[in-house]
Amino acid sequence: MSAAKGELFSFVEGMGRVALLAGEVFRSLFTTRLNWSELIRQLHFIGYKSQFVVLTTGASTGMVFCAQTFFQFHKVKMDTAALSVVGVAMTSELGPVLAGLMVAGRVGAAMTAEIGTMRVTEQIDALKCMATHPVDYLVVPRFLATVISMPLLTILAWLVGIGAAYLLAGKLLGIEEAFALKHMYFYTDAQDVLMGMIKAVVFGALISLVSCYHGLNCGKGAEGVGRATNEAVVHSCIAILVSNFFLTLFLRSILYPA
Amino acid sequence: MIKLNNISKSFGDNKVLDGISFSVEEGESIAIIGRSGTGKSVLIKHIIGLISPDSGSVKVDGHELMGMNERELLAIRRKFGMLFQGAALFDSLDVAENVAFPLRRSGVADETEIARRVDEVLSLVELPGTGAKMPSELSGGMQKRVGLARAIVHRPQIILYDEPTTGLDPVVSDSIDQLMMRVRDNYQVTSIVITHDMRCARRMGQRIIYLREGQVYLDAPADEVFNSEDELVGRFIRGEADFSVESV
Repeated sequence: MSAAKGELFSFVEGMGRVALLAGEVFRSLFTTRLNWSELIRQLHFIGYKSQFVVLTTGASTGMVFCAQTFFQFHKVKMDTAALSVVGVAMTSELGPVLAGLMVAGRVGAAMTAEIGTMRVTEQIDALKCMATHPVDYLVVPRFLATVISMPLLTILAWLVGIGAAYLLAGKLLGIEEAFALKHMYFYTDAQDVLMGMIKAVVFGALISLVSCYHGLNCGKGAEGVGRATNEAVVHSCIAILVSNFFLTLFLRSILYPA
Repeated sequence: MIKLNNISKSFGDNKVLDGISFSVEEGESIAIIGRSGTGKSVLIKHIIGLISPDSGSVKVDGHELMGMNERELLAIRRKFGMLFQGAALFDSLDVAENVAFPLRRSGVADETEIARRVDEVLSLVELPGTGAKMPSELSGGMQKRVGLARAIVHRPQIILYDEPTTGLDPVVSDSIDQLMMRVRDNYQVTSIVITHDMRCARRMGQRIIYLREGQVYLDAPADEVFNSEDELVGRFIRGEADFSVESV
């Protein structure tokens, strides 16, 4: 129990420090010149190279979710509603959350390991000695690249997830495609899409800030880098899951006024 | 001018620096010597503001570093160049980009001027034509020389060398010593060298500071230190272990 309490305190304290880092990032965004070449390199690494994992996750989730929904709805003769459930769930919840978890695992770990290795080999100190703030040079391009890439990757997850579910529904489960599509359009609102986009941006910010924070504050040696990388992925995933709940409640109250 | 006054620093229960005071005049070249773990690297990091002391004051050209935030320190650090113990070259950049880094960050935008100055310093450290190589393709000695080129390319007023010859063979160490002396004499910069290589200390240090147990044990001109009759200083310079005095 006390160990769990310690973990919780450590997580909350860490998130406080991440908030301070976020403040420094926003200050840097408006006061210093952006390193465009690093931003483009990060966009390629975070956005372009994450497509495969997001695509696979999106397709798999869309199909499994469609099949499971169909199996239950079939009992009450609501077969054509299966795709509507997939549409709503993918756009507002599953798309951004799964893309976020995949990006946290693939990109967050790499970010922490790269920055952490720079720290233990004194490259961060070298940056400071050359009058360069590590936040300006290392964190801001990664932050921007993740915040730009996450909504695009989420759209990819939506398209592939819903597309795969549509093919499964029509070709394998025998659902009437035209009705399934009509119901999906009817029940999936623009607000669901907007909610998914907002979540993707927030998750992108969380992943980059948490990962960079752990990299900049990692312990000594290979063990320190390994531990920081592990913590970055765990804390990013927890941050995504916890914030998703509050974002859902908050955005619901704003986007769907009673 | 650099002035340290009564600097103390602890990490947990381990008191690394205990009331260190000394000053370095403009253009002076000093060597700080002492056994491993006596706080030499910690001390040099205080001078450039990478570590804050628990108490005491560090002044560079009259500016007090204590209490400055990271962005205020950046302006002070433009006066410095630093050669790190492991060179600390950026893995993702090639040699030319590493050396050009301080120029680009200080706002030099003319690529022709950047290329000219990079070639000039790479020639000075006897590595012409290596600009396209990645740091991982270089030997330890070559990395140190690139690190030195990067430290001097923006013509700093003060250069800090953290164990510049550690881990290098005697011939490469000699070439690094010669390069540091050439930089000191050609550019008339203030030099502070942290080392336990006595040949390097003798060549670079007009003045030697011997650190022992976190304190300045001796601060004197080089000749005086190397001819010292003090038993501890003599043993350290000759590299003799003394099992009766302290554990090894």
